[in-house]
Amino acid sequence: MIRFILRRLAIAIPTLLALIVVSFILMKVAPGNPFTGEKTLPKEVMANIMARYGLDKPEWQQLLDYISNIVLHFDFGPSFKYKDRSVTEIIAQGFPVTFTYGMWTFVVSTVLGVFVGVLAAVRQNSWVDYLSLGITIGAQVVPVYVVAPLLVLIFTLWLGWLPGGGWNGGHWSNVILPVVALSFSLVASVARIMRSSMLEVLGSNYIRTARAKGIPGYKIILRHALRPALLPVVTYLAPMLVYVITGSVIIDMYFSTGGIGSAFVNSALNRDYSTAMGITILYGTLTIAGNLLVDLIYAWIDPKIRL
Amino acid sequence: MTEILTVEDLRVRFTVHGGSFEAVRGLNFALNAGETLAVVGESGSGKSQAFMAMMGLVARNGSASGTVMFGGRDLLSLTPSQLNEVRGREIAMIFQDPMTSLNPAMKIGAQMAEVLTEHQGTDRRAAWKAAVEMLDRVGIPEAVSRANSYPHELSGGMRQRVMIGMALMCQPKVLIADEPTTALDVTVQAQMLELFKTLCRETGTSLVLITHDLGVVAGIADRMMVMYAGEAVETGAVDDLFYDPRHPYLKGLIQSTPSPDERKSYLTPIAGMPPNLTRLPPGCPFAPRCAWKMPICETTAPVLLPFGAGRARACHFDGPLVSVESAS
Amino acid sequence: MLVKSRTATLAEDGFARLPEKGRSLWADALSRFARNRAAMMGVIILALVILFMALGPLLGRWTIEKIDWDVMGMVAEKGMPSLETGHYFGTDDVGRDLYSRVIQGIGMSLMAGLVSAGVAVAIGTFYGAVSGYFGGRIDSAMMRFVDILYAVPTMFLVIVILMMFGRTVEVLFVSLGAISWMGLARVVRGQTIALRHREFVEAAVAGGARPLAIVYRHVLPNLLGLVAVYASLLIPDMIMVESFLSFLGLGIQDPNTSLGMLISEGSATMMYGTLWQLAFPLFFFVLILFSLYFVGDGLRDALDPKDR
Repeated sequence: MIRFILRRLAIAIPTLLALIVVSFILMKVAPGNPFTGEKTLPKEVMANIMARYGLDKPEWQQLLDYISNIVLHFDFGPSFKYKDRSVTEIIAQGFPVTFTYGMWTFVVSTVLGVFVGVLAAVRQNSWVDYLSLGITIGAQVVPVYVVAPLLVLIFTLWLGWLPGGGWNGGHWSNVILPVVALSFSLVASVARIMRSSMLEVLGSNYIRTARAKGIPGYKIILRHALRPALLPVVTYLAPMLVYVITGSVIIDMYFSTGGIGSAFVNSALNRDYSTAMGITILYGTLTIAGNLLVDLIYAWIDPKIRL
Repeated sequence: MTEILTVEDLRVRFTVHGGSFEAVRGLNFALNAGETLAVVGESGSGKSQAFMAMMGLVARNGSASGTVMFGGRDLLSLTPSQLNEVRGREIAMIFQDPMTSLNPAMKIGAQMAEVLTEHQGTDRRAAWKAAVEMLDRVGIPEAVSRANSYPHELSGGMRQRVMIGMALMCQPKVLIADEPTTALDVTVQAQMLELFKTLCRETGTSLVLITHDLGVVAGIADRMMVMYAGEAVETGAVDDLFYDPRHPYLKGLIQSTPSPDERKSYLTPIAGMPPNLTRLPPGCPFAPRCAWKMPICETTAPVLLPFGAGRARACHFDGPLVSVESAS
Repeated sequence: MLVKSRTATLAEDGFARLPEKGRSLWADALSRFARNRAAMMGVIILALVILFMALGPLLGRWTIEKIDWDVMGMVAEKGMPSLETGHYFGTDDVGRDLYSRVIQGIGMSLMAGLVSAGVAVAIGTFYGAVSGYFGGRIDSAMMRFVDILYAVPTMFLVIVILMMFGRTVEVLFVSLGAISWMGLARVVRGQTIALRHREFVEAAVAGGARPLAIVYRHVLPNLLGLVAVYASLLIPDMIMVESFLSFLGLGIQDPNTSLGMLISEGSATMMYGTLWQLAFPLFFFVLILFSLYFVGDGLRDALDPKDR
């Protein structure tokens, strides 16, 4: 088990370093620097600013500083836009929000998706089956940024049940719409994956053995079929993470939840390089860590992989 | 002899691509208490499907009709929960492929103990203990630690031993073994048959051995039923059938099986292929391959008729099949 | 039966086949495609949408930028779809004609899909073919790089690139393509490895042809079917990503517009009761994506029988 984790880490760490280096290079090759722009600053002022942000040092020195600050102090440097705020502060402010509804999205989509998928497999060709198929196809062409406005239209404007935006310290009524908007297509995808893998498992020889042993149907599903059938869903968790991270940008913008997404879009609109890079690296790290976690869950579910 | 399982006019029909065909076409037979019955036939003869149907295990696109009387009840008309009381407790089944027939994500001890907790309400610890004892009985060394293994950690022979042990957990009245040794090495096959023999004798269990291998039959079975194209074509005591087969198909099977006792200079295969079940000929389904074919065989299908001491055959030809000269 | 056996061979070889057999296989694929109702429906709808895009402006009474001063400030009351005012789809929030803007948006979205997918296909095919053909260390280094890119939320990279190199249409299209080629590269690499051991490639090697020439002349043409399938599936994805960026205000800039941008504007003004501003762009967006997916699926079934 430990060897397995170490081997995965041996791949993850260079990937992460490469990501940081690529980000840094991108920052360097971009035309101009963040301070060229609106008006030309006097030479001395510019030199002052450059010194403050460490931009006067040789570039390899800057790169090393950047990496060591991130790795050792979790410090992504100062924001290029907001003079008195560091990137880390900006992230620390927005992350809890994004994390909260992101986690809920994971919980809702996997639990609901698995439930619907199992139901669709057991009641093959029933209305549950067709409904989940319909939603999957629909969800493919109706992305988050269409679902979100529609939800607001229905639940805020027409029914008046839920607030159409804001975070309100994470009050449940503010969390629901973001989670539903993000989960919408994920539930359908998970349900489809679960359905087909459940059907495959139910047709397998060891399920036939269980039936021959006289185990009742629901126990066969729960005790014998669920765990092996979950494997493809676990694999899907990795792309799901990317989807949630990407989608959170839309959610933060549309619902004004104040998560990292809006900080990212603002930084992109304001050419705040260090903030944009910091968030990209953070999310790259999260994705890599997520992949590692998926591998571990996989090994836990499938005894054959255990090492 | 008491009959414990009586099958009448068992039919199994499958629907595929809009059409349908019968894999089992009106099977009649009885199983006696304590005996070992071998069911012999090529793949596609319906031998597995017939017994799957009794256990309520036909695939989704299949359906079974007829009656299967067991303990005063018709297995085919039981509700799922009533059937679950019979399966695993009174009738157990073992399948061909031990590599895939055990749940890969469950410890083997748990899979065996489950049978007891399900059927007899045994508490978990006692059931686990019983599973370990059973592992020991089926000849698995270090049973205590092996119970904690996952199937992929065991060899094919070991897994089949686990399957056998699992099937016998509740001391069933009938054990159906569907090609239990086909996937195993020859040396392991012999051990496995020995195990079947002793265990069934100890527990008084009737054994149904489904196989295409006549060599297996000779070593273990009391009676034998030969199936062809979804029907029984000959039944009787094993010795009678081996030394005096009365259906040309069985005759062909014997001639194409190598035997250590006789010195055959050559083996004679049966010419032709098993018939397509969706397009059966009007007469005897074996007629196109038969060396004793008569005109009536092409028009009228023979029925299984009793003759001699407890024997029956479905063939228009009456009398011993002596000549081999035309079987080319 | 003939078709079946031929598809069986095709499945065996993947997409690697001899050039002179190519035509009949393409004809085969075409007839398979034509028999796929959903795919043909997709083609017809797409054709109608393109026809609408080409001929629609002839019927329009307003240009893209022209602001209807009568409507401005009273969009909810006066800007609704109407034949009278000539705003068939109504007006947008500042009083511009939505009909002509939707037509413009359709064009921009389709263009985004085509160009970005084209860029992705060009990079992916070349990268994968080179990696697969040379194999060994080059191959593993190149594939490791693909792995790394896969681990990055690529949308963020696009946004960063757009931020640094300016939010122009060209940068947008190229950067969209530049983050979407990895999947194709992997598939192409696999096929190339399979192709490399085919007789005609080995013959070319024995004949002393230069490696890049072999890749260009013998390997790439045989990857055409696979690439076509992949490209057709990439186009709707690219349209989707473009609209995502436009929704955030990071993609296409005014006065240019795309369906994503119109959807974004429409959803922002929903609460004023101007639902048509969301409905019309959304309708065309969903229509285009649906048909593209069906066409892509049809192509895959027709050209890649082993996937069925």
